[in-house]
Amino acid sequence: MVEALLVIDNLHKRFGNVEVIKGVSLTVGKGEVACIIGPSGSGKSTLIRCVNALVPFEQGSVTVLGIEVNDPKLDKLKLRKHVGMVFQQYNLFPHRTALQNVMMAPIQVLKRNKAEVEAEAYALLKKVRLEGKEHSYPGELSGGQQQRVAIARSLAMKPDLMLFDEVTAALDPETVGEVLITIRQLAEEGMTCVLVTHEMGFAREVANEVYFTDRGVIVEHAPPASFFTNPTDPRTKAFLSQVL
Amino acid sequence: MMNFSTWDIIHNLLLAARWTVALSLAAFFGGGMMGALILFLRVVPNRIAGLVARFYIEVFQGTPLLMQLFLAFFAPALFGMNVPAWVAAFAALTLWTAAFLAEIWRGCVEAIPKGQWEAASSLALPYIAQLRYIVLPQALRIAVAPTVGFLVQVVKGTALTSIIGFVELSKAGTIITNATFEPFTVYGCVALMYFALCWPISQSSRWLERRLNAAHQAH
Ligand SMILES: Nc1ncnc2c1ncn2[C@@H]1O[C@H](COP(=O)(O)OP(=O)(O)OP(=O)(O)O)[C@@H](O)[C@H]1O
Ligand SMILES: [Mg+2]
Repeated sequence: MVEALLVIDNLHKRFGNVEVIKGVSLTVGKGEVACIIGPSGSGKSTLIRCVNALVPFEQGSVTVLGIEVNDPKLDKLKLRKHVGMVFQQYNLFPHRTALQNVMMAPIQVLKRNKAEVEAEAYALLKKVRLEGKEHSYPGELSGGQQQRVAIARSLAMKPDLMLFDEVTAALDPETVGEVLITIRQLAEEGMTCVLVTHEMGFAREVANEVYFTDRGVIVEHAPPASFFTNPTDPRTKAFLSQVL
Repeated sequence: MMNFSTWDIIHNLLLAARWTVALSLAAFFGGGMMGALILFLRVVPNRIAGLVARFYIEVFQGTPLLMQLFLAFFAPALFGMNVPAWVAAFAALTLWTAAFLAEIWRGCVEAIPKGQWEAASSLALPYIAQLRYIVLPQALRIAVAPTVGFLVQVVKGTALTSIIGFVELSKAGTIITNATFEPFTVYGCVALMYFALCWPISQSSRWLERRLNAAHQAH
């Protein structure tokens, strides 16, 4: 058993009177990939937003590398240095070039040397196959290109854990592949990833464990081989029969 | 009674118009600086600061500028202080401008999508850095046109200061009318001069709006 990097234990989250996460527990080991699938509104985004403290929660525990997120004295910035996040809508900074987007956090947060950060940013953009686009503004890039800049931007902080929230959902079918290749490459290099996705084929290939959520609970989880071939819960079966 | 040629009228009005311009610019820049401070209090995640800023904005937006001018001019007298009309005019217009600019700019800050804050947060940027490097530069771009547009309101607002005796364009118009009994000529010239000041400003505001909207657009 690998060392646990992310441990979520009995997490509850409510928005006003509505409890949207009702006691979720999961553990992701170092270097593992966890895929979360489930119908719209089941709380997938909320769950992963609790991990980097974008969303506060009232009950339960989330630890990343031993840092307790549900601690009133939590140093959010310290936590977030370890956790990268990529969004469905890319959320690149439109007034900065691709290169500047990638360099922003290492310079402003880690106060690192500019020349060094710049060299790394070029290398990261090359890694996500965006050589030659360094000086383009986000508005000049396609969705798939923007999403790869967003991935490079997160990687520039050298995170230990990457969170992906339906990062291909807003893309044209032709460009989904180029983003998935990048994520797969990361997974193969041993990056710990939690990814919310509707790409079942991709989940099947890269996941160590697949979680199915419905109405705020994890209904069932299993390694992909058994999850996709032998789902046990009727809700999982119904969902899979719809999307596969 | 003196004899005023049309040229004399125009000449005297132009001399007074310098004070309209000076007061407008002083109030605009003073109000801009103060407005930036109010904006900061308004957007920073602190309840007390937010309440103070909102109270300020409500007070100055919810009362007529004329009353603010009267208060600025007459209130110090209660404490035995005599403020010159230009001081009261500058003070009242600056405070008034600050309230409106702060509110315009808050709208611009709020127009920045939530995803920008979230992306900046998840990169571990502290709040002030999020504001400084991500949100404000984008908000500034959309704020330029309405801010310049508001300068027109400031210029027109200076006309009210004639009531507390500050001799700018409007007051000069009244004085000259009293001497010449030619209200139509005099106020016609006054109106043209206001228009000559305001029209280029509102045109450039429109031009800036088009230009800045076209520049490297997001998505
Ligand atoms: N800020 C918020 N305030 C109130 N309710 C919210 C908020 N964010 C999410 N919710 C509610 O919480 C529930 C879970 O939302 P969430 O976005 O986590 O679902 P999801 O599984 O990610 O859905 P999708 O697949 O559509 O992205 C939904 O019912 C949603 O309406
Ligand atoms: Mg979601």
